[in-house]
Amino acid sequence: MLGFGILSGLLVLPLVGAAFILTLRGDSEAARSNARWAALATTIATFLLSLVAWARFDIASASFQLVESHSWLTETIRFKLGVDGFSMPLVLLTTFLMPFCILASWDSIENRVKEYFVAFLVLETTMIGVFVALDLVLFYLFFEAGLIPMFLIIGIWGGKRRIYASFKFFLYTLLGSVLMLLAIMAMYWTAGTTDIPTLLTYKFAPNLQIWLWLAFFASFAVKMPMWPVHTWLPDAHVEAPTAGSVILAGVLLKMGGYGFIRVSLPMFPDASLYFAPLVYALSVIAIIYTSLVALMQEDIKKLIAYSSVAHMGFVTMGLFSMNEQGIQGAMFTMISHGLVSGALFLSVGVIYDRMHTREIKAYGGLVNRMPLYAVVFLILTMANVALPGTSGFIGEFLTLMGAFRSNTWVAFFAASGVILSAAYALWLYRRVVYGELDKPALQNITDLNRREIITFAPLILLIIYYGIQPGPILDAFAAPTDALMTSVQAALATVKTAALAAN
Amino acid sequence: MYHAIVFLPLVGFLIAGIFGRLLGPRPSEIVTTALLFVAAVLSWVSFIQVGFGDGATRIQIAQWMSVGDLQVDWAFRIDTLTAMMLVVVNTVSALVHLYSIGYMHEDPHRSRFFAYLSLFTFTMLMLVTADNLVQMFFGWEGVGLASYLLIGFWYQKDSANAAAMKAFIVNRVGDFGFLLGIFTVFVLFNGVTFDAIFPRVSEFANARFMFLGIEWHALTIACLLLFMGAMGKSAQFLLHTWLPDAMEGPTPVSALIHAATMVTAGVFMVARLSPLFEYAPSALAVVTVIGGITAFFAATVGLVQNDIKRVIAYSTCSQLGYMFVGLGVGAYGAGVFHLFTHAFFKALLFLGAGSVIHAMHHEQDIRHMGALRRYIPLTTAMMAIGTLALTGFPFTAGYYSKDAIIEAAYAAHSSAGSFAFLATVVAAFMTSFYSWRLFFLTFEGTARWGHHDHHAHAPHSHEGVEHDDHNRDVEPASHAQHDHGHHGDHTPHESPLVMLIPLIVLATGAVIAGIVFHGAFIGEGYQEFWKGALYTRPDNHILEEMHHLPGWVPLLPTIMMVLGFVLAWYMYIIDNKQPAKLAADHPILYRFLLNKWYFDELYDAIFVRPAMAIGRFFWRTGDQKIIDGLGPDGISARVLDVTRGVVRVQTGYVYHYAFAMLIGVAALVTFYLFRGAH
Repeated sequence: MLGFGILSGLLVLPLVGAAFILTLRGDSEAARSNARWAALATTIATFLLSLVAWARFDIASASFQLVESHSWLTETIRFKLGVDGFSMPLVLLTTFLMPFCILASWDSIENRVKEYFVAFLVLETTMIGVFVALDLVLFYLFFEAGLIPMFLIIGIWGGKRRIYASFKFFLYTLLGSVLMLLAIMAMYWTAGTTDIPTLLTYKFAPNLQIWLWLAFFASFAVKMPMWPVHTWLPDAHVEAPTAGSVILAGVLLKMGGYGFIRVSLPMFPDASLYFAPLVYALSVIAIIYTSLVALMQEDIKKLIAYSSVAHMGFVTMGLFSMNEQGIQGAMFTMISHGLVSGALFLSVGVIYDRMHTREIKAYGGLVNRMPLYAVVFLILTMANVALPGTSGFIGEFLTLMGAFRSNTWVAFFAASGVILSAAYALWLYRRVVYGELDKPALQNITDLNRREIITFAPLILLIIYYGIQPGPILDAFAAPTDALMTSVQAALATVKTAALAAN
Repeated sequence: MYHAIVFLPLVGFLIAGIFGRLLGPRPSEIVTTALLFVAAVLSWVSFIQVGFGDGATRIQIAQWMSVGDLQVDWAFRIDTLTAMMLVVVNTVSALVHLYSIGYMHEDPHRSRFFAYLSLFTFTMLMLVTADNLVQMFFGWEGVGLASYLLIGFWYQKDSANAAAMKAFIVNRVGDFGFLLGIFTVFVLFNGVTFDAIFPRVSEFANARFMFLGIEWHALTIACLLLFMGAMGKSAQFLLHTWLPDAMEGPTPVSALIHAATMVTAGVFMVARLSPLFEYAPSALAVVTVIGGITAFFAATVGLVQNDIKRVIAYSTCSQLGYMFVGLGVGAYGAGVFHLFTHAFFKALLFLGAGSVIHAMHHEQDIRHMGALRRYIPLTTAMMAIGTLALTGFPFTAGYYSKDAIIEAAYAAHSSAGSFAFLATVVAAFMTSFYSWRLFFLTFEGTARWGHHDHHAHAPHSHEGVEHDDHNRDVEPASHAQHDHGHHGDHTPHESPLVMLIPLIVLATGAVIAGIVFHGAFIGEGYQEFWKGALYTRPDNHILEEMHHLPGWVPLLPTIMMVLGFVLAWYMYIIDNKQPAKLAADHPILYRFLLNKWYFDELYDAIFVRPAMAIGRFFWRTGDQKIIDGLGPDGISARVLDVTRGVVRVQTGYVYHYAFAMLIGVAALVTFYLFRGAH
């Protein structure tokens, strides 16, 4: 396909909005209000455009669709975009969450309002870019560029220790990105191209695969984040403004998982098989370790951040179980976690906006004055502990089933996360929402306002809808999973033949 | 019709839950209760159609998920077992809804209460109509949620919140096993639908399965894992600790959820999966033994409890053990029959207890009751009927079902069966004793309420042996109950009609359910009634053998019942100094029982506190000292050392980094790529 298509539109549209906001003069209330409305309009328009893309997308096909390709750096490194069943739902998730972030920032951001929304819109472009890039260099560029606006959002609009948090965020990701860049260059020199569809069919030598896999792993593991490189996440979450946390948990963490499924698993199947036990071990440790850590947290956001790490453990476990249930379940967990944790951070934002503290101790008995909030938080808590009927269950169930099929030990340990998640989530709920409202500071706290209700309603409806009818998303993963499975099976078969030959 | 049965409670929940505050409590009560009554009537219709006709069917609602080989549907499987459960759930639920209109009439949050009740009913119905294991799990966790919400209904009470959390988490321990069991079944049968599993079970009679590095008999490990779920939900020994605490919830909840329906879900599950369990004899032996232990253990604890609801709760726990014994020895009909009759008389006992508590203005300690027969005669009569049925007085419901289980345990002629026989016989004696103890202390003797002044006493601990004199005035068992602080100031009053009607209906059931249905459930009508819904292997002749027992075996439970009654009569009516003396003579045993074998303390010491300690260790030491210390903090500390003198940290700092990164990234990419391209 020639010319610019709908995916370019998705990339450009937020930039147009950002440019418009930059042209606004002055810092008057009117200018701020214009910036807010412009950002909201832009994100909604982008979401609608992504729905158009979704309508044109054929979920039965495993190939890349809506492809567009333009010459860029060289003839071989092109500006190539396209989506398949793995990336399309993630694009939708991104565009869907953005308007909520804008709404959540409506009143809580008071200084440098225009710059804030510009940063968010640029961030949206880079996030969509990661999911639609069909060239590794382009992928890398978006992958790394997304850090900058996030870095700014935490560093400028963050909490008290924002400098420390953004510093940590930077240090961790720097390590990963350097190695990933080296790996991309190695791939370019070996295969002569950075075109993802071509690389997907290219067979790298097993030895090279190991090194390439490790280099990409360094980057993706930090992004997930996997244990033990997860410690940047709680700090980043705690310091980030609400909308920043939503995007961080909702979308940025998914880039690691997306990287695994786009690059590591299909391009380095032998290495993936080889390293699967390592990933299993790290996933299981992440699930148990971070769940226990979450249990003892005193800061609401930190608790949810640690629970995110545990959920990402389910994702990596599912992906590397390399069967349909595991992979589709992992992909589904990413979407579901995007909705649930995004909404959870929004709900923390609600009480933070009112009380300006995230200490669990500062709350208690909120249900007495905030019954609606209690309902919202309850549903989200239940989705977080993967109660059947919420989207959280589908992902957790499928990833556990996938893991069980490949290794019962892994499933056994990971399933203990089912117990631990209930413990930390319900304990949080009890301490924050239940009990008597005896803290003087809380006496006049108000329930959800109209803007907040509008924010939560679609999220909650979707969480329940996808819990009962996961089909629309799960089916999108089916075709590319099949394709992936065939290539992994081929690798598996080679390993088996080699093993037999060795005997 | 089945759509209506299952979804009407959901409609009620949505109406009361979403519009409750708009409508006000009264319309919410009426809507939910009316819908439940419709569902209950329809359930009886379907029960007669399916059980005594030919109405078994499968109804597809929608697809749930489809991933690879895994196909899960939302569908109803309607057979006799389901139809029977529909009757139990909807009948008790409708009556409890009605009863709650009276019981909760002072509560400002009634819409929420009725919404929760209807939500519970809906999820329970999804559980019993499930056509596959995953949908069953949906209902399973759904009732767990409803139970959590209802136990913690009075959310201002800290003890209620703790109990709610405990119930959910302990159940999750069981669900952990249930999940792994589902996976095992899926790996074996490549499906989770009952229709895909049951016809093929015999193919796997000797299959092996590697689980956790051990090669197991495949069906045994599958059944054991699934049974772990049943143990959690049905509060069996080791996973029972949540059930007594669950009594923090309002009493109608205890009747509905923690006596008649939800806690029997585990029994239902094993019965539903009888084709699997029949091919896993070792798993059945475990079921028998756990059931026997529970029946015995819970009965011993029930002997000394003083909270009216806790006594009945332990009784429930014990009776659930009976049901599992029935299932475990292969007499599925007997286990399920006991489930059916137990629902009537245990709901009756709980609602009766609620009526007593209502009459006593939220007093729950039976040591502060007595002589209530004269004030609340109808409640007394109903409680008497419930007690008779529970203890197995001839021709009441319990007589048929409980005795059948004891006989089946004897007829099993296995070591597990013999153990269970012994345990259940002893438990039958204790059941009779504690039931009549409860009855006598509550309704007979002298009044130990009204004239006393609790507040004059310093608060004592529960364990104070020396205070456990039933004729003297002792400390209130639980201060939390005294929300209104007006206990003892009024004479007890009989409950309103809206609470008494459910009692009368349930009492009728408790009397006649045994006579009417025993033929169909366990007698000559077995085959025509169940039509294969309960599977037994061709070599399972236990129902046959139950008819050829030595003459003393069928008499034994009745003898135990009489002995228990006589002992209770002696200790609490004739010579009521005896209990205190007995307790004082055996302080260690008494404390051991009063403290429920110290299970809570044990679990706290080996699970709860270590988990917290490890969590804190991982956080403070693992994350902060080791990972951060060696990683980013260490590096940044060095970097800062270098830069501190050069760069002043100011707000523009982050911009610098951002630009440095952007430029660096761009420069690197451009440089290498152009070099590579040439």
